[in-house]
Amino acid sequence: MRFVKVQTFDQWRTEARRLLLSDVPPEQVAWMADDEQLSLFDSHGDAELPVTQAAFTVPKAFLELAKIIACHRIGTRWSLLYRTLWRLMHGERHLLQITTDQDVDALMSMRKAVTRDVHKMKAFVRFRKVIDSDGREVYVAWHRPDHRIVRLAAPFFSRRFSGMNWSILTPDESVTWDQTSLQYGPGVPVSDAPDDDALEELWKTYYASIFNPARVKVDTMKREMPVRHWPTLPETSLIADLLHTAPERVAAMVDQNEGFAETAMHYMPERIDLESLRAAVVDCQACDLHQHATQPVFGEGPPDARIVLVGEQPGDREDLDGRPFVGPAGKLLDEALSQAGIRRGDVYLTNVVKHFKFTEPPTSRGKRRLHQKPNAREVFACRPWLEAELMLIQPIAILCLGATPSQALFGRDFQVSKHRGEIRATDWCDRTMATWHPAAILRMPDQHRRTEMQQQLVADLTRIHPTRPPT
Amino acid sequence: MDVREKLAILADAAKYDASCASSGSKSTRAGSKIGSTEGMGICHSYTPDGRCISLLKILLTNYCIYDCQYCVNRISSDTPRARFTVDEVVSLTIEFYKRNYIEGLFLSSGIIQTSDYTMEQLISVAKKLRTDEHYGGYIHLKTIPNASQALIQEAGLWADRLSVNIELPTEGDLQKLAPEKKKPQIVDAMQGIRQKIDETKDDQNAGLHPPNFAPAGQSTQMIVGATDTPDVEILKTASQLYDGQNLRRVYYSAYSPIPHADARLPGQSPPLVREHRLYQADWLMRFYGFDASEIVAEADQNLSLDIDPKLAWALANRHFFPVDVNRASREELLRIPGIGARSVKRILGIRRHKHLRSEDLKKLRVAWNRAKYFVLTADHNPQLANLDKADLRKRAQPKPTQLMLFDTRQSALTGEV
Repeated sequence: MRFVKVQTFDQWRTEARRLLLSDVPPEQVAWMADDEQLSLFDSHGDAELPVTQAAFTVPKAFLELAKIIACHRIGTRWSLLYRTLWRLMHGERHLLQITTDQDVDALMSMRKAVTRDVHKMKAFVRFRKVIDSDGREVYVAWHRPDHRIVRLAAPFFSRRFSGMNWSILTPDESVTWDQTSLQYGPGVPVSDAPDDDALEELWKTYYASIFNPARVKVDTMKREMPVRHWPTLPETSLIADLLHTAPERVAAMVDQNEGFAETAMHYMPERIDLESLRAAVVDCQACDLHQHATQPVFGEGPPDARIVLVGEQPGDREDLDGRPFVGPAGKLLDEALSQAGIRRGDVYLTNVVKHFKFTEPPTSRGKRRLHQKPNAREVFACRPWLEAELMLIQPIAILCLGATPSQALFGRDFQVSKHRGEIRATDWCDRTMATWHPAAILRMPDQHRRTEMQQQLVADLTRIHPTRPPT
Repeated sequence: MDVREKLAILADAAKYDASCASSGSKSTRAGSKIGSTEGMGICHSYTPDGRCISLLKILLTNYCIYDCQYCVNRISSDTPRARFTVDEVVSLTIEFYKRNYIEGLFLSSGIIQTSDYTMEQLISVAKKLRTDEHYGGYIHLKTIPNASQALIQEAGLWADRLSVNIELPTEGDLQKLAPEKKKPQIVDAMQGIRQKIDETKDDQNAGLHPPNFAPAGQSTQMIVGATDTPDVEILKTASQLYDGQNLRRVYYSAYSPIPHADARLPGQSPPLVREHRLYQADWLMRFYGFDASEIVAEADQNLSLDIDPKLAWALANRHFFPVDVNRASREELLRIPGIGARSVKRILGIRRHKHLRSEDLKKLRVAWNRAKYFVLTADHNPQLANLDKADLRKRAQPKPTQLMLFDTRQSALTGEV
């Protein structure tokens, strides 16, 4: 029996080569592992006998594998490697491919453990920023790997953080990068690690916020982030609390599930024609606006109208009368129509939202119902009525009055101020245009601007109206 | 509002994005001082929901002018809102990265003002990181629906990966729940990215040095369970995207109970098992040579929840078996339930030197409980006698409790079946 003591991969290689050349079978070698060594690749065993030129070649794949296995902490690694090498050289050249072989299987498991540990080191090192005695920013981490892998992992960190000064401390060995080269040093106890970094509060905030309490899978978390690494991961201090509060957070999420009524699709009559729609809209409760409005205001005009004008919603007067565009804004629209040479009776007038939305702030003149812009929810809920109207009428032109109908037909990012007067194709009509809402013109304080907007409204009406050729 | 409060809101809002991948860029950008991409991404932490944290996944803002019903950030939701400045996102990314918390940035946004304006903001984050900070880490930018093609092309210069969300499996689903998003526009955006990626590759192959363009390719996300569209339609859509747009990944996200969800959506989240099955089926299409149309064997056009899709296929196609592990082609081996792509590779390696017996397969750690009914080995395999029995499904099916152990995030990563 021969007793061989090695500490590093290079020493093992030298010894193994010599033993193999002397034809010593693995059963006759006792490999003594000295696991107190500081570094793995230093070949400070210069005293060893010079090795004659190798009279054999070892598969490259085996050498690559052996370098990784050498980092494993298990004491049997050297003997397992030598036995495998012996077998490779004695008629089992393809041994490494036979992964069902017991030795190969053991090597594969060990390789997996080491590469996984390297991977976890890349993942779990947490740098803390400190200012050194020269006033420079240095990033320092303390990490406890399972195996002796500092030198396997360090090059990765030098590539990733090439523009930083950093040190990674482990109980076995430490490594420092000064933006030029890696320097290895002795191991360092955890007490030498820097204790804090103000940024960790932000990181913990992120960790807590990205967690979805509705799906708790603690086992998966622990499998991928083993508890033994938790002490150096600042975010893990939150885990107990996050798990504790998860059930109530989920309950709150479900409670807040406000669930408004579905869209107007739910209230569509069986027969789709304008009269049936007009009758059905009375029952619509697709949004909350029906609760306070007097009545819904449906569209009005000939079923074969060639142009449809779409407003936002009925106003105070319209709500009381049950007809669209009969208030002050309607009056202004009537004027504009007549200036454009269009008869109101030839036009179909309607709104995106069929109920009046308002607030009633107490004023010095008593209660007054003030128009309030419908929100996207209400527009969305009411939209099927408008779509049904447009589908039935199939107009040659559609004119949207103001932002709400324009965005309903052109898309949410449509801006009337930018694209007013442009004729575009939409899903409902090849000639769709947006212009000012008459109420917006009425609200314009600047007299000059008001006149200009009014002229633009007339011009747009004139241009979009299908009896006239487009200018 | 300080950065910490914003981070809480804008990370919370981003947690419904399924993608966490940070892999795919094979080499680090030239001139980088902080950050690298070397192919494989790294998961830097795990939250108690079992998901990995690889990227700083945030929204630039969760203000949004759109009203997509499945989305917590839709305009009509009263969720708390916040907006980061470009510099805040740049600084958070760099500071997190330098401490090795993250692998990179996944930036998405609600739509503010216009699609183009929002897209420009996202681009300036990525551009600043690359040019001012010499940042070489991973960046995934989610393109904004309806943003102009020119802006998407610019985003590709700075990002590793671009994604355009298909959102829902069919055009009808989109009309119902996200009327502002149109399938043709979504597909056009993907097409534009694909062309640019192809051009860049062609130039590289011709020995030219074109500027980077989304070297980690493009991906998309589909929400499942928000409508009653069956799995077969979902897989067909995914298959078209893989073939037509050359996507790296399609992510499936089970619709989960988000605050203030629309009543038109099913109140309960469909079992996460469905998401898991879809990932398995997706894997079968990409790595196992299955076709979208053959994977779903069930009459209701949905994947079985109790057994994996490969086993389901095998049960419905018993004439295909037994497969002889010592003679069958790679394609045939890949169809055996319980034997994954990695095991197939090993089997092919080993059988050049020796005949495989049942014991060998067990040592390879194949799922013998499933595989044993379908394989011919060098020794006698008594379980083969059950291949044509009526109760095979019951025998081969894993115990129901095991299903709870499945982790869908894991299957998103490995998809091993």
